[in-house]
Amino acid sequence: MGNEEENYVINIENLSFQYGTRAVLENINLKVKEGSFLGLVGPNGSGKSTLIKCILGLLHPAQGGVKLFGQPVNKFKNWDKIGFVSQKANSFNSGFPASVFEVVSMGLFGKVGLFRFLTKKHKEKVREAIEMVGMTEYSKQNIGQLSGGQQQRVFIARALVSDPQLLILDEPTVGVDIQSVSNFYSMLTELNKTGITLLLVTHDVSGMTDHVNAVACLNKHLHFHGNTNEFEKNHGLSAFHGHGVHILSHNHEEKGE
Amino acid sequence: MQQIMTFIDQVSRYQYLQNALIAAILVGIICGVIGCFIILRGMALMGDAISHAVLPGIVIAYMIGASFFIGAVITGVLTALGIGYISQNSRIKDDSAIGILFTAAFALGVVLNSTLKGTSVNLWNILFGNVLGVSRTDLWITFGMGIFVIVMIILFYRPLLLSTFDPTMAKATGLPVKFIHYMLMLLLSLVTVASLQTVGIILVVAMLITPGATAYLLTDRLSIMLVLAAIFGVISGVVGLYYSVLFDVSSGSTIVLVASILFGLAFFFSPKQGVIWKALRSRVSAS
Repeated sequence: MGNEEENYVINIENLSFQYGTRAVLENINLKVKEGSFLGLVGPNGSGKSTLIKCILGLLHPAQGGVKLFGQPVNKFKNWDKIGFVSQKANSFNSGFPASVFEVVSMGLFGKVGLFRFLTKKHKEKVREAIEMVGMTEYSKQNIGQLSGGQQQRVFIARALVSDPQLLILDEPTVGVDIQSVSNFYSMLTELNKTGITLLLVTHDVSGMTDHVNAVACLNKHLHFHGNTNEFEKNHGLSAFHGHGVHILSHNHEEKGE
Repeated sequence: MQQIMTFIDQVSRYQYLQNALIAAILVGIICGVIGCFIILRGMALMGDAISHAVLPGIVIAYMIGASFFIGAVITGVLTALGIGYISQNSRIKDDSAIGILFTAAFALGVVLNSTLKGTSVNLWNILFGNVLGVSRTDLWITFGMGIFVIVMIILFYRPLLLSTFDPTMAKATGLPVKFIHYMLMLLLSLVTVASLQTVGIILVVAMLITPGATAYLLTDRLSIMLVLAAIFGVISGVVGLYYSVLFDVSSGSTIVLVASILFGLAFFFSPKQGVIWKALRSRVSAS
């Protein structure tokens, strides 16, 4: 349906961004097809968060642009098509008195409008979303009492409740223990199978490659964009390939931290 | 008991006491409710700042014969804007910017007031409250303000909730987070003026923070917290007024002391958060 361009959920063309005189992103091109599960990796300070902010229209690039569902981001209006789960640590107010159910229903505010009551149907949606992330038994608990991994699931449910077609996750596994991370990725895979396009942004490559179906590597430039097998091949065989060098150096940086 | 009966008898007989009682109840409710959001947003200091910053507005309004509310809202919101402007355009952080601007505004108010020789606003009453001087007109204004503030909070409940809980997500949903912040500052200025005669500028911050904080120790639900805060505000107002009449001291201080005692009780004895139960629980689990 439609022309080819409209099939891309995200289409970034020649995007550059700088803070003052410091270039953070240079000439980024990225196309994300409907139904894909893309992992975007890069070390700290590689511009991942900046790129996400450009995608969400919170920052305006100096050059190039972002299209969401075929529409330029500054004209894009259907924000309920997009779910966003931010890095937990610096975002929410953990002392806030709200139950899991209440937090998830906040995800409906955009759709219901800010001034109308939630109907039975909405409440059913909230319950479904909580079930999808396997948190039903916690739905009455206070959000501040849950573990990091559980909180992250709740935030995914909050993003899911408005039936998004694209889910963007920014470092969702920071502060989540290894066992939960693996369960977490399996859950994302299940979500992807239901047809939701996923963009997972992380600096942690381990555990992720088994689940995503494409990987892009960012460090000011976008270095790599292909399917998982290619990525693992380059990743594993260190580097006789140009792209691989970058990936390897990015690993060194991480070990140095 | 005898004294309480005398108090009730006095209230039924004297209109100024009735006015005072109604004013104390209204202030208890609106301060308690808006205070919950101030606490959850970590803006207690900001609440203190805005309540002080309304002083020059009140004095100027008095000078030109305008309504106190308009003057107070203008200087209150201007101070909030100024604080945001300084912290965004220099290395000065929010808390320092608050400290600089609200004292400046307050000092300006004191200076302006002393230029009005003889006919000046009674500073003592504005600073510490004089609930027994509440007229019917004052009461209606406080009542109107109270209704306005409550309606605004009900209307903007979800934006307030979301921007308080998770500002990043609120921004991503397209919520005007900054606008909500300044709207809250505007409401805060209104609440301060509405509370002027009951508790006064200096102590209004206690009515904003203490009942809400007490409620926060007792519940995990925002809706219940709002109701509890209003109830604690009302109890503080009524009981405080009683002691104010009984001992003939300024109503603001007795009201605030009652609120503080309630907080103390919740702090030690709250079933979930109370220090004493926590200690008991840890001892039980250790043995």
